[in-house]
Amino acid sequence: MNRQERRRLKSRVMVSIMALAVILAVLPLVFILLNLVVKGASSLNWAFFVETPAPAGQSGGGVGHAVLGTLIIVGMACLIGLPIGVGAGIYSAEYPASRLARVARFVADVMNGTPSIVVGVFAWTLIVANQKHFSGLAGSVALAMLLIPMVMRTTEEMVKLVPNSLREAALALGYPRWRTSLRVVLRTALPGIVTGSLLAIARIAGETAPLLFTALGSQFFSTNPNQPMAALPLVVFTYATGPYEEWHRLAWATALVLIIVVFVLSLAARIATRQRFTLNA
Amino acid sequence: MAESLGGEALVSPPPSLIRASYGDRVFKGLLTLAAVGVPLLLGLLFVELVSGSRLAIERFGFGFITHSTWNPVTEEFGAFPLIVGTLLSSFLALLMAVPLSLGVAIYLTEFAPMPVRKPAAFLIELLAAIPSVVYGLWGIFVLIPILRQTVFPFLQTVLGFLPFFRGTIYGPSMLSASIILAIMVMPYIMSVSREVLLAVPSSQREAALALGATRWEAVTSAIVPYARSGIIGAIILGLGRALGETMAVTMLIGNRHAISASLFAPSYTMAAAIANEFAEAVADIHLSALAYVSLVLFGVTVLVNAGARLLIWRVTQRGMPGGAT
Repeated sequence: MNRQERRRLKSRVMVSIMALAVILAVLPLVFILLNLVVKGASSLNWAFFVETPAPAGQSGGGVGHAVLGTLIIVGMACLIGLPIGVGAGIYSAEYPASRLARVARFVADVMNGTPSIVVGVFAWTLIVANQKHFSGLAGSVALAMLLIPMVMRTTEEMVKLVPNSLREAALALGYPRWRTSLRVVLRTALPGIVTGSLLAIARIAGETAPLLFTALGSQFFSTNPNQPMAALPLVVFTYATGPYEEWHRLAWATALVLIIVVFVLSLAARIATRQRFTLNA
Repeated sequence: MAESLGGEALVSPPPSLIRASYGDRVFKGLLTLAAVGVPLLLGLLFVELVSGSRLAIERFGFGFITHSTWNPVTEEFGAFPLIVGTLLSSFLALLMAVPLSLGVAIYLTEFAPMPVRKPAAFLIELLAAIPSVVYGLWGIFVLIPILRQTVFPFLQTVLGFLPFFRGTIYGPSMLSASIILAIMVMPYIMSVSREVLLAVPSSQREAALALGATRWEAVTSAIVPYARSGIIGAIILGLGRALGETMAVTMLIGNRHAISASLFAPSYTMAAAIANEFAEAVADIHLSALAYVSLVLFGVTVLVNAGARLLIWRVTQRGMPGGAT
């Protein structure tokens, strides 16, 4: 075999190895989704979504309390985090050269890389340690901390995409700056901002670590944000590491629900972006 | 932001302009408030972590990092095994994830048939959307049984001459946690290096091919070197993820405060220790020690991420216009 052929063969072998790498990389996804459906789907029924857990060791019961808890905790996190994230994002896109914008951008990147468990400790020292009891609100604050930098950076990117000519046209027609920002710029960027926010919400909805010692978890329907509250990821953790077969079954079913929630949010996000391009045309 | 109009104008403008400038000021004020809030929050996080760990900092000082005893009963705390566990599990995860994700990224930007490229990348990025706790669940009930019954014994018979693969085989172990970490980190490294590779100008590739390079040689001699610092940035970003990953590791690593040579033995990481012990700790010094651990973890991830951002930023700055340097 001469040099030429050896080089060509090597190229072909390396390319096939990389093609195998793609298959290897997709395998875990297929495996995880398959296992979730096989082990979780049979436990899903109406009672699963509306009942509270049966006493330990008994069969039956549901995770209605955790569905409600996740809705409340994530909802409050959005109320706290979205205004700050979107506002900061618009600021750093509209005044990009200002020192504050540069600082905020850098800080958002640092916060994006901060482990969620560390944010949980922060929410604990800030709220739980002072109030001397666990609460759903503390969990929301921790999740909002994770939400803000993600939403801020995507909002900024989306507002930056709005062509300057639109802004100038509005100003030339006598619109004040704030109305230009709200009615023209923000309106054009809105689908992108919604996409970014939905993706960020999907991320925080699945977070467990920041809730471990803030929302803590609970066995009952609880709507009081000042009390410990259940959440779907916490239920998966508790049931998966618990000793009972029945708990493991519920853990799989809950994980399936959680994954469906996350994927539906991501899918909705993708649909929202698709509309942006048709709007711009 | 209900401040009154500062009536300093010499000639009073028409009422419509006054309304406009008032609205502008309120609007900018609100935005500024939000933008100032972001750095303030990070500052507050840092202050709270330091004040939470003050007790432990005063008692143990910097010796906390090098000391290995962790005993809530005698109130002696040292984080050395946790730090080693965090670094080792992240390093092992990268060892597995980096070649795999680079292979995928290169294949999907250079070789794969066009219609496959985007869907395949999308599927792998979907892995990043799966919550950590679901990885943990899957790890406990699917991955660990497979590893303990077939993969680990096989590794022991083949590589048993190395100290890392000796000793009793446990299911929850350093190696199990590293494998799940590798799966979790892979989509991040793949997705960022794919973006960096896409930014490589095609003149770079064409030049190599025109000189007679095979396609593989074009990758190793022209494309990857061009994107090198961006790829390193992607890897460091993955490292940042691995260092702070909590739930899946907590569920798979076995949770033992010890350093062992064998990768089949249970171990512990900083994040896992905080997750397991924080809600149950009663003594103030125990809580404070855990806050100190999270302060150390925070410091490490900030350093790692700042480095990664700098590298990626340098590449994308250079990569955009024409690019032939």
